Amino acid sequence: MAILVEIPPPLREAAGGNVHIQVTGTTVGEALTDLIRQHPALGTKLFDNGQLRPYINVFVNDEDIRYLEELQTPIQDGTTIALIPAVAGG
Amino acid sequence: MSHFVRGMFCRVCGKRYPISPINFCTEDFGPLEVDYDYDKLQGDLTRQTIATRAWNMWRYRELLPLEDEPRVGLAVGGTPLIRADRLAEALGVRRLWIKNDAVNYPTLSFKDRVVAVALSKAREFGMSTVGCASTGNLANSVAAQAAAAGLETFILVPADLERTKIFGTAVYGAKVIGLKGTYDEVNRVCTQIALKYGWGFVNVNLRPFYAEGSKTMGFEIAEELGWRFPQHVVCPMAGGALIGKIYKAFRELHLLGLVDAPLSTRMYGAQASGCNPISACVKVGRERHKPVKQPNTICKSLAIGDPADGYFAAKLIRETGGWADDATDEEIVEGMLLLARTEGIFAETAGGVTVAVARKLIEQGRIPRNEEIVLCITGNGLKTQDAVFDALESPPVIAPTLAAFEEFVGLRSSVVQPAPALA
Ligand SMILES: Cc1ncc(COP(=O)(O)O)c(C=O)c1O
Ligand SMILES: [Zn+2]
Repeated sequence: MAILVEIPPPLREAAGGNVHIQVTGTTVGEALTDLIRQHPALGTKLFDNGQLRPYINVFVNDEDIRYLEELQTPIQDGTTIALIPAVAGG
Repeated sequence: MSHFVRGMFCRVCGKRYPISPINFCTEDFGPLEVDYDYDKLQGDLTRQTIATRAWNMWRYRELLPLEDEPRVGLAVGGTPLIRADRLAEALGVRRLWIKNDAVNYPTLSFKDRVVAVALSKAREFGMSTVGCASTGNLANSVAAQAAAAGLETFILVPADLERTKIFGTAVYGAKVIGLKGTYDEVNRVCTQIALKYGWGFVNVNLRPFYAEGSKTMGFEIAEELGWRFPQHVVCPMAGGALIGKIYKAFRELHLLGLVDAPLSTRMYGAQASGCNPISACVKVGRERHKPVKQPNTICKSLAIGDPADGYFAAKLIRETGGWADDATDEEIVEGMLLLARTEGIFAETAGGVTVAVARKLIEQGRIPRNEEIVLCITGNGLKTQDAVFDALESPPVIAPTLAAFEEFVGLRSSVVQPAPALA
């Protein structure tokens, strides 16, 4: 088992064409840091001055991290992290 | 049709995009907005031109993002703006109007406007399947207008929606799927479907075009006032798009010289207390809203816990000098009854929210009592009858005789009235 980040289609080009990327870390923040270490082009797309951009939502096993512990949300082997654009609905 | 669309731009970083079915910027995920060439439009769209056209939303078509003639929803819009003197008296204000989209065509809510644009655009993009995530009204409108246009539909809604709204979708032959979760969860699934399969979801990848349709409510308000802007507009908010688009409509009319007076309208947002991310954000002075995980209100149409345009709606309200507030379930029902009993308009729960919040803002002194106010009534009460059911007494049942009637209403049947002479 591993920690997987699901990459949405519009980010795949910056992620070497991958649909899933395996990462390490014990929190969502660490996992995303590892993701950006592997694919630096994702850095400015996801973060702005160290802050997660407001129009990207991060889900840990289908739960929005804003209802958990944000970037401190703990993760373990088998966790899936999904990055989903937020501008929809209404 | 509009020859004045230049493309789209990101509302966060300004990056430009050609017209295509995408809704966010690939640099920062910011929302994309349709960009018009207002310089080129100057003088091209005049009050005279508009006056020659049919009284529906397409009379402002240069300011809508289609390349060709509209293909779906040709009769949408053109709803009445009515002077509401009896409601004004009840609220203690002098000049009050109601923009009544509860009688929009074909599905009795302002959503008919956004769907007409979105489905016309879907047709231009050559799509044959369309869908949406909906709190109800959008579902009704997509289903009806897609049926009329011969498009296939997939409509995803929270499973606990009002029966009327679910059946009012299924009746048009749409594939309606109830998801066991909140609107925000439904919305996320739709985003994933749109990204994976490329289907046209009106409020996901067609959202930049869809949302422009709401401007027509603002154009109509100004035209119906005799090409003027009201001083105060109270608008219900779910995703927060409508309130922004009404104001954008006013800005465009001013920019194009269709309304001469400067734009100083104050925008006021109305939500339900059981799902108030935007009004809470305005009231506590936060820049960005905090999402509401589990909305709990009878006003299901406005129950979006994580509004996509929350940031922009709160900013607009602050910048125009308006305000926002929210209404409890009890206040929503009172608002619905007050509107029905003073103006003869049966609005859905969102209308109850708007009336109740307007009343609060007037009582708080935030909306002055002697200035012009427009309330946006956006949906029809026949779709949310359960909300007022308990507040109404069921009608008495009596025997089918004159005597029983007279006894019931307290007329003394023993007094014999002279019968009128027959001619
Ligand atoms: C009746 C009604 N009024 C107002 C709104 C709010 O619109 P917006 O999501 O653009 O804020 C909705 C949205 O679903 C609605 O159904
Ligand atoms: Zn951008």
